This record gives sequence, C-alpha cells and structure tokens, in this order.
Amino acid sequence: MIVELGHFALIMAFATALIQTILPMWGAIVRDPGLAGMARYSAFVTFALVLIAYLALTMAYIGSDFSVVNVVMNSHSTKPLMYKISGVWSNHEGSMLLWVMILVLFAALVALRGGGMPERLLASVLSVQGAIAGAFLLFILLTSNPFLRLADVPMEGQGLNPILEDPGLAIHPPMLYLGYVGFSVAFSFAVGALVHGRIDAVWARFVRPWTLLAWIFLTLGIAMGSYWAYYELGWGGWWFWDPVENASLMPWLMGTALLHSTIVMEKRDALKVWTILLSILTFSLSLLGTFLVRSGVITSVHSFASDPARGVFILGILTLFIGGGLSLFAWRAPSLKQGGLFAPVSREGALVVNNLFLATSAVAVLVGTLYPLVLETINGSKISVGAPYFNLTTVPLFVCLLVLIPFGQSLAWKRGDLTGVGQRLLAAFGLALLAMIVTFAVTRGGPVAAPLGLGLGVWLITGSATDIINRCYRRGSSLSVIFERAFGLPRSAWGTALAHAGMGITVIGISATAWGVESLAVVAKHDPLMVGPYTVSLEQAFKRKGEGYREDVAQFSVMEGASARGLIETSKRIHTGREMPTTEAGIVTYGLGQLYASVNEILPDGRVSIRFYWKPLVTLIWGGALIMALGGAISLADRRVRIALSTKTKRASPSNAEAKA
Amino acid sequence: MRRLLGCVLLLIVAATPVLAVEPDEILKDPRLEERARTLSSELRCLVCQNQSIDDSHAPLARDLRVLVRQKLVAGDSDDAIRAFLVERYGEFILLKPRFSIDTLVLWLSPFALLVIGGGMLLRTSRRSTLAKVERLDRTEQAHLNELLKANDQTRS
Repeated sequence: MIVELGHFALIMAFATALIQTILPMWGAIVRDPGLAGMARYSAFVTFALVLIAYLALTMAYIGSDFSVVNVVMNSHSTKPLMYKISGVWSNHEGSMLLWVMILVLFAALVALRGGGMPERLLASVLSVQGAIAGAFLLFILLTSNPFLRLADVPMEGQGLNPILEDPGLAIHPPMLYLGYVGFSVAFSFAVGALVHGRIDAVWARFVRPWTLLAWIFLTLGIAMGSYWAYYELGWGGWWFWDPVENASLMPWLMGTALLHSTIVMEKRDALKVWTILLSILTFSLSLLGTFLVRSGVITSVHSFASDPARGVFILGILTLFIGGGLSLFAWRAPSLKQGGLFAPVSREGALVVNNLFLATSAVAVLVGTLYPLVLETINGSKISVGAPYFNLTTVPLFVCLLVLIPFGQSLAWKRGDLTGVGQRLLAAFGLALLAMIVTFAVTRGGPVAAPLGLGLGVWLITGSATDIINRCYRRGSSLSVIFERAFGLPRSAWGTALAHAGMGITVIGISATAWGVESLAVVAKHDPLMVGPYTVSLEQAFKRKGEGYREDVAQFSVMEGASARGLIETSKRIHTGREMPTTEAGIVTYGLGQLYASVNEILPDGRVSIRFYWKPLVTLIWGGALIMALGGAISLADRRVRIALSTKTKRASPSNAEAKA
Repeated sequence: MRRLLGCVLLLIVAATPVLAVEPDEILKDPRLEERARTLSSELRCLVCQNQSIDDSHAPLARDLRVLVRQKLVAGDSDDAIRAFLVERYGEFILLKPRFSIDTLVLWLSPFALLVIGGGMLLRTSRRSTLAKVERLDRTEQAHLNELLKANDQTRS
C-alpha cells in the first residue's frame, strides 16, 4: 500500500512539475502576477510529493518488503538499519529518485528564501527548475521505476553490493548530489535572466549563495568519495581519474570558476556574459556526469546496472537542457550590456585568469574522459586515456593557477598595483621558499617534486595569511585595535583566506605522497617488516564472523624503534548474499600520516602475503578539502547576513533611497 | 556484448584473491624495478575497468607485470616494451596514448584552449585599456566641474 502511495505521489509530482514549468513562465512573459505567483506554491507541492515517494521507498527498504524488485535486488533482511536506509541510493533507480528529490528540495528552498527577489525572476527560475524535475521524473517513471512489484515474492533479498556497505558511502552520494544538483539553481537563474534580458549585480547577489552552497557540498562529496576509495578499494590510491570521479570533478572545476566570476559580477558588475555562460556550462557538466554514470557508456568501477533505453533518454534530457540553454545564450547574450571596465592588473583581471585556468582544466578532464568514446564512434580505434594524461594536463594548469592565487587575493579591484602587492607578499614568498629549501636539505636524495609542491602549498597558506594580516595590521596600531579589525573583517574575507589555505594544505598532502613508502612481503609469524619509520610483525591470522559477513583477519603489531605503537589489522571479507570478497584495509593514523595495511592472501601454511604503506602527511589531502568547505561555509554565513540586511534597509527606508536617487 | 563480457570478466577477477604487484615478482635490481613500476602504471589492465596493471588484482595483469619485468631483465628499452605490447594488444593498452593523428585533438585541445582563451583575454584587456586612456576634453571637463559644484551646493 505504502509503495503504491509512493508510486502515485511520483506520478502526481510529474504533473505538478509540469504546472510549475508552464504557468509561472507564461505568467512571467505576459506579466501576470497571479500566474507567476503559482511558482512558489507548485514548487512546495512538487517537493512534498517527491518527498512522499522517497519516504515510501525508504519504508519499503526498512520493512524489507521483498515484493518490491528494487528492495530484493539491493537489500537483505539482516542488514543493519543504516545500510537499509542507504540501500535506497545504492542502486540506479533509488539514486535517481534521490537526485530528483534534491533537485525539488533546492527549488523549494529557492521559493522559500526568494521573498526579496523580483517576482518575474523568481517565477522563471522556478519554472526552469520545474522543467528539469519534470524531465527526470518522467525518466524515472518510464525507464527506472523503483516501485515495481514482483509476482513471486522471494523470502530473502540479494543484499547490498559489499563494497557499497560502508558508512562513508552511506553519506557520499547525498553529499555529491547536493553539490551536482545544487548547480541547477545557477542554471535556472541564468536561463531566467536570459528570458528577461536583465542581468545585474542584484542577480549575482541572489545566485551566489546557491552556487556557494552547491560548491561546499560538492567539495565535501568529492573529498569523502576520495577517502572512501582510499580505504575501501584497498590499493592505497586516493584518486584514480576514473570516469565517475571525473564526472564529479568537472562540475567542481567549472563551479569553482563560476563562484569566482559571480564575485566579480556582484562587486563590479563586470563579466556578465561569461558568468551566465559558466552557470549554464557548470550544470551542463553536472548533467553530463549524471549521463556518464547512469547510462554506463563509460565503464567504471562505480557504474551499476546500465540499459541503453536509459542512456538514450538521459541523452535526450541532456540535449534539451544543454542545447536549449546554450541556444538561448547564443540568442540573448549579445543583448546583454557589458558592465564595469577594469585594468588587466586588478582583482578582476586575476579572477579572469583564474577562470581561464579552471575552465581549461575542466575541458582537459572532459576531453580526456570522452575522447576514447568519441574516437571509437568516429573511426573504430580503441584507445585508453588514463591517469598519465590527466596528470600531464591538469597538474601544470593547477600549478600556474595556485602560484597566482596569493597575488589575486592581494590585488585591489579595478586597478591593482603589482609592485605594491609584490612587496606585501615578500615575507610570504620568503617563508614558502625557506620551507622548500629546508625540506630539500632534510630529504636530500628524495623525490624533487615533493619539496616544490610543499613550497607551493606553504605559499598558498602564507599568502592567505598575508591578506588577512594586511587588512588588520598597521604599523603602530595596538593589539586591541588589531583584534578589533580582525573581528570586524567581513566573513567572506576570512572565508576566502581559509578556502585558499585549505587548498594549500591539500597541495602539501598531495606532494607528500611522493615520500610514501611501500613494502610488499610474504611474512611468517613475528617476522619483522620495515615500513618507513615503523617495523611491523605478524601477530596472528584468524577467521572471524561479523554482522552479515565472515572474514580472514591478519593482525600486526607496530613498533617505532623500541616503542610499541599498537596493532593494525586487515582482512579479506566475504559478504553473505553475494559471495564476493573485498579487502578491508587496516589504517592507523600517526600524527598526520597513516600506516596502511592491505592483505593479499593468507596462505595455507599460516604465512601472510601483505602490502604495507607508510603515507606521511596523507590526511592533509582530505583535511585541506574540509578546510576549503569550511571557508565556503563562513563566506556563506556572511552572504546571508548581508542579503537580509540589505533587503531590510531597503524596505525600511524607501524615502532615503528616493533622496539618494 | 562487450558489456556482458566485461561483467563476466569482472566476476572472474573479483573471485580471484590475488593482489597487485606480489612480493615474488619484485626484481632484485632496484633501478629496473623502479622502471618496471613506472611502466606498469602506464599500462592498462585489459580486463579491468579503469586500472593500471600495477594496481590490478587480475591474473592477466600479473602475467603482464611478469612479462614487463622479463623484458626489462633481458635489456629491452621502455619504448621497445611499449611497442611490443601495443603490437600484441593494440593502443588500448596504453593509459598514456601516444601522440598521433588519432590523438591530436586529445593532446592539443587543452593547450589550444589556453592559448586561444589567453589571446582573447589580452585582446579584451587591451581594448579596455584603450577605453580607459580616453580622457575628457577641456569643455567636457569644465562642464563636469560645473555639475559637481552644483551638486555640492544642493547637498549642503
């Protein structure tokens, strides 16, 4: 019954999404406030209906209702509750439903917070959101219905894919989707603005918090996915340039560019046409990512079931929205007025360069991901494009971009003074250089790239610190004044500094991978094995049963010199339901580095074939990403306050505004 | 069909409990081993989904790793080994595609985009510098001063 209710709600949601698409847009065009006003209510109703459908499916999972195909395929009655709930999005149908639910959630949030927005803009934004939701709802209903029933009800489900059974993966997809789908708001704003032909700093002010929010979630989602791959796939890498990873990286790169160009537009009314184009491109890459993952055109570790009908359908949606968005852009963009001018050496100029590098990296990733597919279609040649290509193209681009960040941060708007900035950054540069030289000296004979990368990371951190210090400190000012200034700084200044420093921290973590140590061996009990500064030895190998699995465990003791540093264990796990073995890596964190153990095989004679890594500073990779997201969150807090204030003052004192005009 | 084959192979791979670079494969000479690792990280495991033979669990990857090491010990150059493998398995085995007509667009497009984008930036920035240099002429300046003065008076 609940399942039918969910199915019915989903069909109803499709209907209300159609209403949300057509009526408000019509209202916005003919300037009928009544019709335009429908936008908000229909957005709320669509959200409520999709939520009902989503909860119905979740109930079916929690209650292990094995009359539903989707539940049979992806759940098992003995699963812990958390994996029953996360089982909903562990498969194609459920994750599409989650995708749409997040899409309509964003529409509802825009409707909720859009009180201060011009009515026509709000109506057209929600209309575009409705159209996207409608298209994907139709996709779910026609090709990927999660509510299908079975005539013969089995006693037991087939269980979750074991590598997906993990707390990290329980949260990773929702995070990622919040990011991916969040960029739909920027897309809808861009299309809405193109329909009206009015784009100004106010537009940028409304769209920026949404872009920032999406960016924060995408950053967290990617970092979480990377950490999951690191500990779950069991071979110690943290980024594989897998098509599915690329699918999330492309919108991140383009979205980061968008985030920066929106600032220029909000502060200086410049780069309008470019910002609109970026909004369209960013969400296009999100859609493309969805297509790549869902259609299975590019095989990868993460893609689940694939079906040509689905692929063609999503391709249709893709063509409709990307093609439609870009055509609208080509048609209307020439009529947009270009805004404020700026000198090449200025904050704006630096942000344009940032956009160039980020957009180029996004294109490099896109070309590399799609190239084998396109080439095979054109002339049948089969080639592979793997990690070496992506490293060769994106790393130099990123190095150039990162070297420039502290300059951009310190330059003034409109016209900057490069010599002045150079002088201010001298200390920051000196510190970075010092860090590099000291590291070189200490690790003499080691890899060359690592100290260089470390220096770059330090440069980003000291550069960000310089920006904050320059804003607070004047020669001769007392400590209390400095603190007062520091507290008085806009939150966005702190957010920017923190996000850039976070990038620096990630860069240090990535550079340090070059110092990693790997030890492979077949060891007997109590055989010592050197792994970097540590010595490990096999304590015992045994069998164990857990909730929903059985495993062969190898347990090692860790010594640093003469002192014991605890135990580390790694196992080969077989999950009940799908007799598929997975390697459970053993990870112990020492300081900022991690000792990583991955068992190959436990031999019949009791010896263990094992792979150990010592990864110094590796946690900085994800720690830096968390700090970046935190920086974003702090900026977001700033934005919300300012928007609320500005609308309040405008409303409170209209006479004042008139007098100024 | 390819997909089906992939699934079957994946099952076989998944069911075989072997892992990338096993201890018995490692060469005695650390410099050769280093070269072997670099080479294998640029060779695709043909039955896996997106892994180099250096990372892969698959038996085929193991065979290829052993083969690469045998050739290295025999004194073959990296290029010779790559060429041998391409002849045997096709370009598909190279994770870093060679520069050719087929891969022209692949290798050049990011670079071209950067150059074109940079060029466009230079052009627009030069145009905006020109716009900035344009000064008011004398009568315009006088008119502006008058306006500013008038504005100051109304304000006070």
